[in-house]
Amino acid sequence: MDVGKILAIAISMVFINNFILSKFLGLCPFLGVSKETKSATSMGLAVIFVMTCSAIITWLLYYFLLIPFNVEYLRTIVFILVIAAFVQFIEMVIRKNSPALYRSLGIYLPLITTNCAVLGVTILNIDNFFPSGQAVKWGFAYSVFQAFFAGIGFLLALILMSGIRERLQFADTPRSMRGVAIAFVVASLMSLAFMGFNGFRF
Amino acid sequence: MKNLIKELTRGIFKENPTFGLVLGLCPTLAVSTSVINAIGMGAAATFVLICSNIIVSSVRKFIPDRIRLPAFIVIIATFVTMCELILKAYFPVLNASLGIFVPLIVVNCIILARAEAFASKNPILPSLFDGLGMGIGFSLGLCTIATIRELMGAGSIAGIKIIPKAETITLMILAPGALLTLGLLIGITNLIRRKKGGKNIGKGGCCG
Repeated sequence: MDVGKILAIAISMVFINNFILSKFLGLCPFLGVSKETKSATSMGLAVIFVMTCSAIITWLLYYFLLIPFNVEYLRTIVFILVIAAFVQFIEMVIRKNSPALYRSLGIYLPLITTNCAVLGVTILNIDNFFPSGQAVKWGFAYSVFQAFFAGIGFLLALILMSGIRERLQFADTPRSMRGVAIAFVVASLMSLAFMGFNGFRF
Repeated sequence: MKNLIKELTRGIFKENPTFGLVLGLCPTLAVSTSVINAIGMGAAATFVLICSNIIVSSVRKFIPDRIRLPAFIVIIATFVTMCELILKAYFPVLNASLGIFVPLIVVNCIILARAEAFASKNPILPSLFDGLGMGIGFSLGLCTIATIRELMGAGSIAGIKIIPKAETITLMILAPGALLTLGLLIGITNLIRRKKGGKNIGKGGCCG
């Protein structure tokens, strides 16, 4: 396994191709749950967990089920169903075993099913690590790392945004711009800052 | 007939998905770099919206209440897969520039929201018109953003050169330009709504 490649994936997913700020995946929770840092952190952690697990499950399904039966075109249906079922299952397990964890993470779990970042990362994994329909060497590990670091990037953007929005509450913005509108302008400035990482080359 | 027209126009103006409901933002921002992409995405989403609304509305009496959401997702995913295959076969260039946002139509919140809020409670014909109206509204929102971004960023509209290259702002077709355009457009929408005695658009997005 190539450590350099994993490092490249990490930096690319967290900074250069940040899911929210440069790929526009997962904007809904980005706007919905970024009002306070505490809930933003919980949401981000829940997303990291679901993304990593989904990447593991979907890679295995694609490799051992869809490819042997020549039904790769069914990936969208299969992936979204697996993610929805998995999220539901996790929610039930957490609710039963750890009420404290459920109170902090559980309420965000159902929202994650329709989060395009999760489906996005699984499809991106397939596009990146199955070029011409064949798995690349160590593709499984790369997929899992890609999903994990995409989640870290998501968490980072969410925490930064929530910090800004907490202070924005006290700012005297024009009345028409209050709420979602100013949040988008702030996100635009953050995205501009993240574009500075574009110069990295590996 | 009058009711049907009401269903149609509601999606285009009053409950426009992009500016009224603030739904389906991820594809809106990602593919609005050029007008051609925006039209392609709008057409694909409209196709899926109409088909899924028709099917959801025709099976609404057979689906048990508890498993309705997974059932809706399967219906939507089926049409998205069809859409993917059609695009791949007949519009390979468009398919390449839309990239992963074609399969991601599945999680576009407008489609699930319309299935849940409208098609699962109404007969087939109104659902069809609701899907069509929402689809057109979504496409119009997309095209508005795409026109602004393409004109300022690349100096053209739908590929036709209008502004010389040296005068363009490349930033507008990159990620920050998308967020900025949408933020300002929502601000303008808020201004119009407040002039009419309404309120600012509430929190955006499908969840949270």
